[in-house]
Amino acid sequence: MEMVVLRAGAWFAVLVLAVVAWALAVDWGFGVHMLICAVAAGLGLIATLRGSDIDAISRGILRSPDQGKYDDEPIRWGVIATVFWGMAGFLAGLYIALELAFPALNLGLEFINFGRLRPLHTSAVIFAFGGNALIATSYYVVQRTCRARLAFPGLARFVFWGYQLFIVLAATGYLMGITQGKEYAEPEWYVDLWLTIVWVAYLVVFVGTILKRSEPHIYVANWFYLSFILTVAMLHLVNNASIPISFFGSKSISVYAGVQSALVQWWYGHNAVGFFLTAGFLGMMYYFVPKQANRPVYSYRLSIIHFWALIFLYIWAGPHHLHYTALPDWAQTLGMVFSIMLWMPSWGGMINGLMTLNGAWDKLRTDPIMRMFVMSLAFYGMSTFEGPMMSIKTVNSLSHYTDWTIGHVHSGALGWNGMVTFGALYYLTPRLWNRERLYSLRMVGWHFWLATLGIVFYAASMWVAGVTQGLMWREYGPDGYLVNSFVETVKALHPMYVARAFGGLLYLSGASIMTYNITRTILGHKLRDEAPLNETAFDPAKDVPLKPAAAL
Amino acid sequence: MANNHDEGGADHGGRLDEATGVHTVGHEWDGIEELDNPLPRWWLMLFYVCILFAIGYVIAYPALPGRHSATPGMLGWTSRGTLAAETTAADQSRAAVRAAIAATSVEDLAKDPKLLRAAIEGGRAAFKVNCVQCHGSGAAGGKGYPNLNDDDWLWGGDIATIHQTLEHGIRYPGDDATRMSQMPSFGRDGILTPAQVQDVVSHVRVISGQEKPSASSNRGSAIFAQNCAVCHGANGEGGRNVGAPKLTDAIWLYGGDRATLTETVTNARYGVMPAWGQRLDPVTVKMLAAYVHSLGGGEATPAAPAAEAAAPAAPAAGQ
Repeated sequence: MEMVVLRAGAWFAVLVLAVVAWALAVDWGFGVHMLICAVAAGLGLIATLRGSDIDAISRGILRSPDQGKYDDEPIRWGVIATVFWGMAGFLAGLYIALELAFPALNLGLEFINFGRLRPLHTSAVIFAFGGNALIATSYYVVQRTCRARLAFPGLARFVFWGYQLFIVLAATGYLMGITQGKEYAEPEWYVDLWLTIVWVAYLVVFVGTILKRSEPHIYVANWFYLSFILTVAMLHLVNNASIPISFFGSKSISVYAGVQSALVQWWYGHNAVGFFLTAGFLGMMYYFVPKQANRPVYSYRLSIIHFWALIFLYIWAGPHHLHYTALPDWAQTLGMVFSIMLWMPSWGGMINGLMTLNGAWDKLRTDPIMRMFVMSLAFYGMSTFEGPMMSIKTVNSLSHYTDWTIGHVHSGALGWNGMVTFGALYYLTPRLWNRERLYSLRMVGWHFWLATLGIVFYAASMWVAGVTQGLMWREYGPDGYLVNSFVETVKALHPMYVARAFGGLLYLSGASIMTYNITRTILGHKLRDEAPLNETAFDPAKDVPLKPAAAL
Repeated sequence: MANNHDEGGADHGGRLDEATGVHTVGHEWDGIEELDNPLPRWWLMLFYVCILFAIGYVIAYPALPGRHSATPGMLGWTSRGTLAAETTAADQSRAAVRAAIAATSVEDLAKDPKLLRAAIEGGRAAFKVNCVQCHGSGAAGGKGYPNLNDDDWLWGGDIATIHQTLEHGIRYPGDDATRMSQMPSFGRDGILTPAQVQDVVSHVRVISGQEKPSASSNRGSAIFAQNCAVCHGANGEGGRNVGAPKLTDAIWLYGGDRATLTETVTNARYGVMPAWGQRLDPVTVKMLAAYVHSLGGGEATPAAPAAEAAAPAAPAAGQ
């Protein structure tokens, strides 16, 4: 009883603080955000006072099977959140791609112009879709590979809901024009503080579960997850150091200035790619690929070497985002050489993933989920080759500031992060909801091809666009003058922008099929009546000569 | 498995994996095992090659930070040095042409076709950086920004006049020689009643061939003669000495429809162009003049009445 009073008191305090902050808000965006916080605290207060069993309610809503041996309820929420935010992020991406091709789609509205929707798209796909996928799969993987239930179940649930609140605050903030103007770190100081609390709770749950494990060793997937959680905490704290102008306003001033600010930002920005989108997703890969292939991981030694090489080298590669800028030459050199040394450690993950299929390659014919994982690893390999190549200063002088960078990011994000997440979602859903299998495997095949084709359109059009742009910017005429004005280079890219948007449409269509498939699996609908994905049909009765042997 | 890196041989903790003939290392997590394969040789070699390249690059280029400065690198390369060398080389390659243009008056550029062509090319490049924002990448202009491809000039279209306009700008504060004129706000300042404004608009639409004469335009004709003709000319042919647009053609700076003309007569217009002489070097301004003059509407330099030979002070008059 005392616990209930204590918790209700805490919720009530948060509610009062949020209402006070709303009343004193110096800008309307901050007021809206405090109102959202007040609503969230109010919901928490009501749930506590009514003594609601959140898990029991959610099991009813989500049609969950009986409480399993592992603590899977937050993972079920995570699967649904991943699908939901993925669709939101892909849709925003398609819309801003169309805005670039047809600027009239800005509609003259400040809330949906490209500058505000773009961070909404990037945050939705990286932090909402990717982040929920990472939290959900890490909860799943750490329990299975430690053979232990989650430590601190209440905290694990707080992490999930706290993270959703972070996403809502960040997304609504962008639309209202609240940003600290740092790429991939746009949310303002109070949202950053909230994320810090949530992230530390996440670390406590994850490390707590590892500490109470029943296995003698810690599985490689957990090394990657842990490095991701720890490093993201460090990056987040350092890059977001800022001083609010008012404790009741959204605006803050970064403690860094000039080229130092740029370097800290890209140390953060590159390692957001390195530790969020690479290390974290490698953790995912190291569990789901061997499970789906039902094969041992190719090489234990390779996993050790490439893990330590990857996390040691990645952290130094950020300055390659600032080639040919005010950043001192020595820092640019180090950024470049660390990026080049990063090539093989990155590929270690691809080799370990792909070679795990040794002895099971035939599954590619019959298992569309396996196809998803293999394509994901292929794109991982391509992107992690392309990245070091683009960090070479000579290449960078052509590629920097062009759409080539956008193409590179998307072959990694759509190919590697997207595909491995789709595969994991397809793996998890029937198991978490105790279904025989997915509603439809043929639909997974459709998703696979639509996504693959979408990425091809996206990456190819952006390569062409980027190289076109780079060459046009540096084109000199015989008299020694630049040939093109900026707007002429923009005009030249229009067909490529349309092709890119078409690729995005294909990718979104594939994800829509996934949403349908997963929804029907969760709802427990009867399996779709479809041709099985197995060997070519063989009918021995027909495998006979037309005339009986005796007649010959 | 005859690999140097493989110390264990058959003495592994794990079972033999039938499909690959390799032992596992003996751990197992949720059914996942790990094979005891060595590091792929090509992978390791490429990793070493990358590291060696990195070491070599660090020796060759500025790399290791010290207390006050970084190691300079064996090649002595700096990005600032490269930039300086490249810009110096580019400047030098253009130096002869620029010196020749500097020594030639804009009127005389045409006498040397090669020099004129070089000036036009330089102007084309400068236009793309400085002028396209208002006049458009094809110099076709936009509402409030004149089209530079036609022969309808506000202040005059011979090269010296264009040069004067460019150098000192239009209605540009801070330049005493800037082109200056101001149309009165006939409606806003109560010089004309709204009805009179409509009448004069009717007249303008008649002389530009957009409307048939009417009672309104007849009344407007008298108002025009009293208020507008002093700048725009008795027949609306425009006046270049004050930059007053010609009103009898189909070319409009802001628009020839009734609503836009009403707005123009009521509140007047006050278009501004910067004095490029304050922002660009004299040679670039000359090249811009040559480029704009070459776009299609350039007019010949008017012959001075006295002698064709010596009249460099003529452009001030501007028509």
